[in-house]
Amino acid sequence: MDPLSEYIRGITRDNPIFGLVLGLCPTLAVTTSVENAIGMSAGTAFVLICSNIFISALRKQIPSAVRLPIFIIIIATFVSIVKMIMQAYFPPMYAALGVFIPLIVVNCIIIGRAEAYANKNNVFYSFIDALGISTGFLLVLMLIGGIRELLGTGQIVTFDYILFTLPINPSVTTMILPPGAFLTIGALMAIVNYQRAKKRAKGG
Amino acid sequence: MVEKALFAIFMDGLFIKNFLLIQFLGLCSFVGVTKDVKSAAGMSGAVVFVMAMASTVSYLIYTYILVPTKMEFLDLISFIVVIAALVQLVEFVVRKNIPSLYRSLGIYLPLITTNCAVLGAVLLNVNSDYNFIQSVVFGTSAGLGYTIVMLLMAAIRERSTFVNVPSSIKGLPQAFFIAMMLSMAFVNYFWVIPI
Repeated sequence: MDPLSEYIRGITRDNPIFGLVLGLCPTLAVTTSVENAIGMSAGTAFVLICSNIFISALRKQIPSAVRLPIFIIIIATFVSIVKMIMQAYFPPMYAALGVFIPLIVVNCIIIGRAEAYANKNNVFYSFIDALGISTGFLLVLMLIGGIRELLGTGQIVTFDYILFTLPINPSVTTMILPPGAFLTIGALMAIVNYQRAKKRAKGG
Repeated sequence: MVEKALFAIFMDGLFIKNFLLIQFLGLCSFVGVTKDVKSAAGMSGAVVFVMAMASTVSYLIYTYILVPTKMEFLDLISFIVVIAALVQLVEFVVRKNIPSLYRSLGIYLPLITTNCAVLGAVLLNVNSDYNFIQSVVFGTSAGLGYTIVMLLMAAIRERSTFVNVPSSIKGLPQAFFIAMMLSMAFVNYFWVIPI
């Protein structure tokens, strides 16, 4: 195992959304804009990295019969920290993300990685794995958020700075409403499946 | 603060703030267990029970234990423990009385603990300062709203297994496209009716 390929694996093959299909709720709910997507993935990344390191360091002490409750308590502690930091220093972001910051506790990505990876590997590789998965999550969230914001409002505004404006304003408001989220992820998933099938047919 | 009428809260949970289609809570089970109507119904039943119970118990814990002792920062941890205990209870009951359902639900039954819908209902109750009766009504109606959408989705997916679609759309993408249409109906229809 070399660290770089472990890192890349989190973005490509084990991508949390398209590879593992975990953590769909925040993916669809907070991607109304790129800004929210960045805030959400930052919070998730912090919790994922901390809990992966912590669980991996304690993996020999945790009895396997009660490991899931212990994982959940560890994760809930870090989520409480994130929630309080966001509430104190980034109140607008906290208001926009709302109930989804505390809901990182039940994000399947985090408990899934704790169970499938941090429980079996050493601290360094767990850290790299968490980093890779977080990057994959950030990229997908920004992609979905970008598509929805661009089609819904005609421009991408990140932290009061206009990144990109469409020459004509389509203003398909549906894209920022819930149906747009289902449409975007459905279409992206179909494209990913198509590419995978093509690759498999070529490589055998 | 103006007290919100119970009926309005009930309709909120059922349709206007529908957990699956409007708020995106509990999507894992939504795409995972809706392959046939029977397991969708069983799953929804378990979720309704856990949600109503969790709303009740967590309200009592929050109001009578955490607030008087000024330990509101422990809310997340105590709620998740309450939910985990309730899910364990449901698991015992289902395994003993309906073994066939237990087998068909598989991994999704213990996963109700990490179902965003349950914790979401509890947190929304606390966030919107509902009193005891309002909390219970919101928890129950949110569970019922979840049931309605699960059953609709499962029925549509059951029929659409025979539809001939390109192989890359089969499965999850198809489920998301169906969800999009359902969600459109919910957004446009229920936003128009004033309650």
